[in-house]
Parts: sequence; structure tokens; C-alpha cells
Amino acid sequence: MDWAYIEKVLPLYGKAAWLTLWTGTLGILLAVLAGLLCAAAIHWKVPVLRRITAAYVELSRNTPLIVQLFFIYYGLPKIGIATDPATCAVFGLAFLGGGYMTEAFRSGIDAVDRIQDESALSLGLTRFQTFFHVILPQAVAISEPAFMANVIFLMKETSVFSAVSLMDLMFTAKDQIGLYYKTTECLTLLVAAYLIIILPLSLLGRIWERRLRHAGFGA
Amino acid sequence: MTETVLSISHLTKRFEDQIILEDLSLDIHEGEVIVIVGSSGCGKSTLLRCMNALEDIQDGEIRLRGSLIDRNARGLPELRQKIGMVFQNYELFPHLTVMDNILLAPMKVQKRRKAEAREEALALLERVGLKEKAESWPRQLSGGQKQRVAIVRALIMHPEILLFDEVTAALDPEMVREVLDVIVRLAEQGKTMIIVTHEMLFARAVADRIILIGDRQILEDSDPEQFFTAPKTEQAKKFLQTFEFRKKQTGKTDIKNAEA
Amino acid sequence: MPDLGLEVLGKGKNFVRLLDGLWIALRISLIAAAISIGAGILLGIAASRNRSVASVILRIWLGIIRIMPQMVLLFLMYYGTTRAFGWKLSGEMSAIIVFSLWGTAEMGDLVRGAVSSVPVIQKESAEALGLKPPQVYRLIILPQAVRRLIPQSINLITRMIKTTSLVTLIGVVEILKVGQQIIDANRKTSPNAAFGVYLTIFLMYYLACRPLSLAAKQLEKRWR
Repeated sequence: MDWAYIEKVLPLYGKAAWLTLWTGTLGILLAVLAGLLCAAAIHWKVPVLRRITAAYVELSRNTPLIVQLFFIYYGLPKIGIATDPATCAVFGLAFLGGGYMTEAFRSGIDAVDRIQDESALSLGLTRFQTFFHVILPQAVAISEPAFMANVIFLMKETSVFSAVSLMDLMFTAKDQIGLYYKTTECLTLLVAAYLIIILPLSLLGRIWERRLRHAGFGA
Repeated sequence: MTETVLSISHLTKRFEDQIILEDLSLDIHEGEVIVIVGSSGCGKSTLLRCMNALEDIQDGEIRLRGSLIDRNARGLPELRQKIGMVFQNYELFPHLTVMDNILLAPMKVQKRRKAEAREEALALLERVGLKEKAESWPRQLSGGQKQRVAIVRALIMHPEILLFDEVTAALDPEMVREVLDVIVRLAEQGKTMIIVTHEMLFARAVADRIILIGDRQILEDSDPEQFFTAPKTEQAKKFLQTFEFRKKQTGKTDIKNAEA
Repeated sequence: MPDLGLEVLGKGKNFVRLLDGLWIALRISLIAAAISIGAGILLGIAASRNRSVASVILRIWLGIIRIMPQMVLLFLMYYGTTRAFGWKLSGEMSAIIVFSLWGTAEMGDLVRGAVSSVPVIQKESAEALGLKPPQVYRLIILPQAVRRLIPQSINLITRMIKTTSLVTLIGVVEILKVGQQIIDANRKTSPNAAFGVYLTIFLMYYLACRPLSLAAKQLEKRWR
């Protein structure tokens, strides 16, 4: 192990890890937002929107992220929609993740008894109030394991961003291997960087899940 | 005759091509306690759900003090505030404490001040003997306690009429009493109530009128004394017989629920 | 109508070349899936007994493989083994190994989950009827476990197909790479080829994966 080399490139990896982290986080946040909106559209059976949503979910879940990214980055500019690598990465991840998040929330909503809906309505709550005060809080708790699995999955998917020349961790590692043949060092740094990003997420998910499972609401 | 609170006229309810209720009419007056009975599947719970627009209806209309109860009407939430409903499986919101369950509608729907609504909630909880459970979570309560909270949750909206949909059917036998006691006290206070139940002793004690539903229709509408001692119709007699048990061979009546 | 660059697909053998490229990707996932299902079933059954050595191995194996992005695992296999062992693995071989290692662990976990999802009372009631342990397994446990397992395995294969698209980044000439070549070769005559080609690839993946995920969903519904 060439420690001098590692010391030299550490800032480079730090920068790349930061890029991976913020593009990933932003993409996931957008995915959650998209997922909530789509799940609401399906739950409320909004006429046309519901079909569009269903089609979107199937498209996003049945195609690989790298293909989605290639299409956004290289294909869309030809019809006048050009993006820089970071924007493409964020929206690509949001496109992919939105489908997965929709499924997680939708199944959570489905798991809440229909009669809970009725009982809130019979108290005079509007459909909107019923959804946000009664159904959604329960649905989110139920879909927590799927939600957290999605977050971790999406954060790992960021490793594809280098395909649209985002100078993230994978890009940096490949670049450095090509330039200096420091394969061992580069791969070690790569693994370490991803461990630092993913491990806390995985632990967080486990703690959160345990709290929900054993404590639930109260008790 | 006192004022009519809820009036159902010529109601028809179908599920797809199956007719559940047909051309059914019923008036409920101020302060009346109506108990609806009938064998399972006769449509008595459906009737109750129609009164709160939880089911769409195919014909006829239901009015609360003159206002049409319509599933697609804009003002439905306002109307529903005036109709309190208690469900078989309590349907407390598991993600909210007892107090927050009770306060949700007063605060979000009626926009009442929290301090004031809270005070009333505590007073109501005290009346059903659950004041100390205000900050508990639903899952920490027994079925009977949950159901009493559900009643408080409906009461705090000051409804003009209360609907009870088999509220003791999911309870362990030893908890039935505590819930029924609460309802009996509400009846004594002159609340207008419609109760669907299988508890015949309770029905007899609390009802002003007993309604028997069967064959998509109201078969009998009598005061409890008459219904249990001298029912007008054959169907009512038959229905009451299902509550009798006979000992094998001897043919002697073992338990006669209705006359116990 | 703007130029969507779709005409390039009609030129020469371009469309067939794309299909060939897709087949290369699919072949990798199918080989890896076959290995994973075979090895995963053995591992999973062994691991379904609590506190067995196999269950510990499976847990550790899963922990390692799930924490790392598949792209990183591919890099480790492709670049790392050359350095560490002097192997000169092709991109395709690296991919098959990585996906098999990943798939075996996931499949093992599915099998373990499916077997232990059958309630203990089922086993007890079968034993109470006088069935012998192998009969209990064959007649009671497995049929119930398989119903849960098949949709999940189909989903795993779908995931594997999607993940195979990554191999372009370790130099395997598959559909994405072929697409790039077509775009480059027709730069002058079809400047908008990138749109048409990548849209086609997008749809091809969709058509490859959608029937599988649909089948999984249907089976899940039917066997619930």
C-alpha cells in the first residue's frame, strides 16, 4: 500500500464522495416527493393522472438506471433538453426512485384499513384531511422497511453516475487506475468511501425499523 | 310528535345487481333511540352506513333536518360533523394518542381552540371512566376502553344523531357491559341514537323503537315491549326464536335470551 | 416533426446489431441466474435451520454483498483480481462471477425466508397426522414455500437483467456499447441518432423486463 499516494489523492476522493453524496441525496428527496404525489394520485383514483402514473411506475422500475441516464444525457439534448452531468444524475435517480417510492407508499396505503378512511370521513374530515392526518402517517410507518431499502438501493445506484461523466467516486477510481496503476489503493479508497456512505444508512434503517416494530405507536 | 331529525324516504341500495334494501322509509325523531335488529346479512349495517354517506344509494333520499345527505355533495364533511358514528372495530387512529384521536376532528374540522377542546375531551373521558388514559396509545387499551374512547371521539363533535354499528360485536363478553352502560347513559340524556346490535337484552332496555330488517324491508317497527312479548309479524317471531336454545331430546327451553 | 434520429435503426443491420447486443447482456444474466438459483436453493435450505453454520455464512455473505454497489463489486472483480492474483478476467467473466456471488446470496435468503415462512403449526399438524419428516417437507413445507419463492425469484432475475447493463462500464461490448458505436458511425448522416438509439434501448430493456415483473405480480396475486 502506497500511503504517500493515498495521502495525495485523499482530497480528490473526498470531493468525489461529497459529489456522490449530494447528488444521491437530492435525487432521493425528489424521488420521495414524486413517490408521494404518485401514490396520492393512485389512492384518489385521479382520472387521467392515475394511468400516467401507473405507466411511469412500470417504465421506471423495468429499465436500468444507466439506460435512463444515457437517454437523458445523450438523447434528450437532440430534442432540445440538455443537462449537465450533475443535473442529469439527480433527475435520472429521481426518475428511477420515484417508481420504487410510489410502490412502497402505495402498498403502505393499501395496508391501512379502508374503514379507517371511513371513520375519519364520518368525523367530518375532508378527503384531503383524511389522507394527510390519518392515512399517510400510518402508511409511512407501514412502508418504512421498503422505504429504507429503497433509500439504500438508490444511494448504491449512484455508482452509475460516472457513465454520464459525473466526476464521482467511480469516475475518480477508474481515472486513477488508468493514470497511475495504483489499483489496490484506488479500490481500497473506493470501497472505504462507499462504506462510509452506505453503512450509516443501513444502521439507521435497522434502528428505525426496530423502534417501529417493537414499540409501534406507544407501548 | 317531536321534530324529525333524520328522514329516510324510498331508499334503495344495490351492490352491483344484488338488491340489499328496497324502497325503505323511516323517520327518526328528536331524542329517540332506535335499535335496528335482523339476521346477519340483512342489510342493517348497510342502512346505517347509508345514513352517513359511506355507501352510495341507487334511489330515494336521506335528509338530516332537511339537508340532503349525498355522497357527492360538496357540503358532506359539514353534514357528517352532525352525525356521530361508532364502528364495530373502534377504528381509533393507531398513530395518535387517545387525546389526539379525540382532538383531531374538533381542531381540524371545527377549528376549535385546543385548550377548550381539550377541557371538554377530559370531561367526556371522565364520564366514561377513562380520564387517566388521555395520554395512552390506542394499542395500550382493552377493546372496551377503545370503544369508549371512540364514543367520546364522536360525542365531542356535538352530533345531532349518533350511529352505533354493532359496537360490541368485536368485544370480549366481559367488556360488553362497560360499553353498553355508556350508551344507556347517553340514552337517558335524551340523545338521538340509532343502534345496530345483536344484544337483545340491551336492545330491550335502551330502545324506544325496535326496527326489524329483512327481505330488503322494514318488517316490523314496534316498541320493545310489544316486539319482545307480542311481535306483530311472523318474521319477528321467527327471528326471536333464533335466540332460543333447546336442550336435546327434552325439548325444554334452556336459555331464552329474549325473555331472560 | 423534429428529427428523432430513428431512421438510423433502419440502416444496414443496425437494429439486429442492437438485438445482438441485448442478447449478450441477457446471456450474462441468464447464466448468472442459473448458477444463483441452483446454489441459492442449496444454501437457503441449509440456512433455514436456525444457528446452523450455513445460516451464519449466508448472513455474513449477504451483509458484505448488500452494502456495496454492484458497480463497485464489478470493479473489484475486474481490476482487483488482476492485481491480487494475476488473473486476467474478461469483463464478461467478471460479471458472471459477481452476479452469481450476489445472486446466490440473495436467492439463498429468499429460500431461507420462504421455508421459514411456513408456520410451525403446519409442520406440527402434519406430524400429528403421522407424516414422516421427509414427507412433511415434501408434501407440506415445500409446496407452500415454492408459492412464495417463485414470484420472488422472477423478480431477482429481472433485477439481474437490469443490473447487467452495468457491464458496459467494464468494457463488455453489449447493447449500450453497440448503440454508442452506431451513433458514432452515423454522426454525419444522422446527427440525432442518440435520441432514437437510446430510446430504442430503453424500450428494449422495458420489453425484456416487463413481462417478467408482470408474471411475478400475477403469480403473487394468485397464490396469496
